[in-house]
Amino acid sequence: MDRRAMKKIFFSNKMTVICAVLLLLVILASLLAPLSPYDPDAVNVAERLQGMSGRHILGTDDLGRDTFTRALYGGRVSLLVGSAAMCVAVLAGTFIGTVSGYSGGRIDMVCMRIVDIFLSVPSLLFIIVVYAFMPRNIMTLVLMLASFSWTKVARVVRAQTLSLKERDFVTAAKALGVSRGRIIWRHIIPNLMPQVIVAASLSIANAILDESALSFLGYGVQLPMASWGSMLQSAQQYILHNPILAVVPGTMILITVLCFNVMGDMLQQILDPKLVK
Amino acid sequence: MSQILQVENLSVQFHTYTGTIQAVRDISFGIRENKVTAIVGESGCGKSVTSKAVMGLIQKPGVISKESKIFFKGEDILGYTEKQWEDYRGQKCSIVFQDALTALNPTMDIGRQITEKIRVHRRVNRQEAWQEGIRMLEQVGIPGAAMRMRQYPHEFSGGMRQRVMIAIALTLHPQLLIADEPTTALDVTIQADILDMMKEIQREQGMTIILITHDLGIVANFAQDIIVMYAGKVVEKGSAEDIFYHPAHPYTEALLRAVPRLDISGGQLETIEGAPPNMADPPAGCPFADRCKKKRPVCGTGFPGEAEIAEGHQVCCWLYMDDGGGSGDGR
Amino acid sequence: MVDNTDCLLEVQGLKKYFKVGKKKMLRAVDDVSFYIRKGETLGVVGESGCGKTTCGRTCLGIYDKTGGQVTYRGEDVHGMDKERRRRFTEQAQIIFQDPYASLDPKMKIQEIVAEGIRAHKMAEDEADIKKRVEGLLSTVGLDPAYGSRYVHEFSGGQRQRIGIARALAVEPEFIVCDEPISALDVSIQAQIVNLLKRLQKEKELTYMFIAHDLSMVKHISDRVMVMYLGKVMEITTADQLYDHPAHPYTQALLSAIPIPDPRVEAGKVRIRMEGEIPSPVDPPEGCRFQNRCPYAEKKCREETPVLEKIGEGHFAACHRCG
Repeated sequence: MDRRAMKKIFFSNKMTVICAVLLLLVILASLLAPLSPYDPDAVNVAERLQGMSGRHILGTDDLGRDTFTRALYGGRVSLLVGSAAMCVAVLAGTFIGTVSGYSGGRIDMVCMRIVDIFLSVPSLLFIIVVYAFMPRNIMTLVLMLASFSWTKVARVVRAQTLSLKERDFVTAAKALGVSRGRIIWRHIIPNLMPQVIVAASLSIANAILDESALSFLGYGVQLPMASWGSMLQSAQQYILHNPILAVVPGTMILITVLCFNVMGDMLQQILDPKLVK
Repeated sequence: MSQILQVENLSVQFHTYTGTIQAVRDISFGIRENKVTAIVGESGCGKSVTSKAVMGLIQKPGVISKESKIFFKGEDILGYTEKQWEDYRGQKCSIVFQDALTALNPTMDIGRQITEKIRVHRRVNRQEAWQEGIRMLEQVGIPGAAMRMRQYPHEFSGGMRQRVMIAIALTLHPQLLIADEPTTALDVTIQADILDMMKEIQREQGMTIILITHDLGIVANFAQDIIVMYAGKVVEKGSAEDIFYHPAHPYTEALLRAVPRLDISGGQLETIEGAPPNMADPPAGCPFADRCKKKRPVCGTGFPGEAEIAEGHQVCCWLYMDDGGGSGDGR
Repeated sequence: MVDNTDCLLEVQGLKKYFKVGKKKMLRAVDDVSFYIRKGETLGVVGESGCGKTTCGRTCLGIYDKTGGQVTYRGEDVHGMDKERRRRFTEQAQIIFQDPYASLDPKMKIQEIVAEGIRAHKMAEDEADIKKRVEGLLSTVGLDPAYGSRYVHEFSGGQRQRIGIARALAVEPEFIVCDEPISALDVSIQAQIVNLLKRLQKEKELTYMFIAHDLSMVKHISDRVMVMYLGKVMEITTADQLYDHPAHPYTQALLSAIPIPDPRVEAGKVRIRMEGEIPSPVDPPEGCRFQNRCPYAEKKCREETPVLEKIGEGHFAACHRCG
């Protein structure tokens, strides 16, 4: 399908346009976080637990840090962790999925059993246990999250590869004497892109949720660094008196995850179209 | 001869993201009662869309234009309410599609799919409906009908499934049966059996059939009347004799010569160069002009009107128009 | 069975079974023998499930064989090492039925056509590739400027031409045409058939032309092979087959084909077959056609007939013809 039609479908749905704009806003705001006059981690006991005001538009937390600024910095961490985990998951998932699907036979069986094992482990619990032995930094977090989300990508990719490799254009390439690596690279992978893009957008959403959950439990991003999950955690004890402390990161998580999911659904429609209005 | 169906100025458009497809463009024709009429044309010529319009099955994004009129026995069916459509479909007019596998419900046995329809429209009890179902299956030549009523669609072969579809279409004894490429997905031997069966039922019951197809071969011994469509337009109408032995439109003529014949050997096939026009942006003139060997300057100016070159034989071609400068040598 | 020296492809007792479920075998091609001479067109006809497509693909080594032998210019197609196999793909090519599924939607036309040239390093540089691709596109009757477009911009007939250009790119001498016209409109079919005929003359190609449309097969073929349930029923010259079909299945098949002429149709006598095509997973004993044959007798149910010579260049597998 040509670009014009894709654009038309995209803009014809108000919901997606709203989501795209919201996502862009969240991403932009997080990137521009350093423009804020406040240091996100600097403690200022004199101004602790203030409500909304001209000085602190979303108030301050129990250590007097500006909530708005922290939410922006938290967004940086959440989005970074989410997208990094997604990238690792997509690369690994696509590689394993195509090789497994295209090779078939024993390789396929081994790969898929590994996927099954990963899918049957309770991921959050497992990550918490592993955390006891690993340095607690963002890198570890990304790798841990990715190690549980590549399986979903791999499954989708493998299923699609299985159907693609039976298609006549792949048979034609084989009949022309094109090598196996080149067939995967030139024919299989480009035709997987729609599925991979959709899986990627859903996997970002999941990674952000998991990161928040881990940070909330105290295992993710380490204090004093802000993340939406850790902000929620520190807001717990003030939730009755100062609900805004929980509402701000909670809303951010909700909006971001919702937008990624809606975008994922929409991309699916655009990339797999039945050309009707 | 009385006409069971009259289509007047029918236009159907499909609004898609890539533009508006003008699937059927202002066509008119009549269908004679108790005869078999074939609508012949290539993919995208609008033949299936026409049949769907007659069944009231055009759905969004398809739109039937306001000027369009379809009369079934003098009644304007395009003004029907949903309730009236339900009574019309099945009882007055029925359709059989090309793909019998998707048209049948895989989770229901054949018996229920047949009797369901009987019981919705007629006041009969389960027992009577079941017996009627068996009779229908026998009529379309399914051996062991009583036993097969209990089977599911996947237990039937392609040919048998198409027979079941025809049985279902005929259960309420419609006056008009539309067969939309009923044998295209089937092997030739199976196709021949099914066509024979349809012919026999038509003869016995004097039903009117509209046969939609791209295959001139299956039309030859089946249809009395033929309507040739091209790019959303009717280009020629006439009896089977007229179309096969005195084709007037250059498209009809070329189409007949492009098919190799089993009973005649050798020779180069005559081709029709080029491809049909894009229906999102059809040409203002005759849509066949670009591929036509008899093209004249006038062909690009507008769609030619209908010329009657013999009784019951009409053609839309500038060659036969008085102001086209052509001395129509139809006969 | 042949002593032709100009024989290009020779197939001896070829078998290709597919596993279905745990224990059952689908006998797609079951003990098939034939040959194709250089420069001729062998038409292969039969109804769906007769194994004609599987046969074509197994001959090219796209599928592994289950038994028998396929030799191309005296060389065993399934016993080639990697290098010889690569060279074989330069000689034998395939054209597909579905012009939509056989072209990669994510590639430009020039990339599709150039694929074989690149795989076999037949061009010196990019400019040479471009020149060759343009030449190929105009050979098949397409505007060379189309190279930079994607597949979805083309109609079925144009796509089929692109598929032909792709196959021609490696300058093959043998092409398996796997139902190349079945998916096309009547007015386009003649274009493609005439193109294939012209190319055969110009490039001295040998075709194996697989189709279910007997009229077209008769038109393009020198000899025709009729298949039924994985077996060869009859092989003979195109004219002979239509004038004097020997096998009851061939006769029934021919009589079922509609002829676009009401007067001829009205006078035609159809030979009816009983029942339906059995499943190739569980074919009937004896002759494969036995349960539908109007002439079947006891011997047909017990003994599988072999392909025997019944006339000059005319072979049939039927007890009645022997």
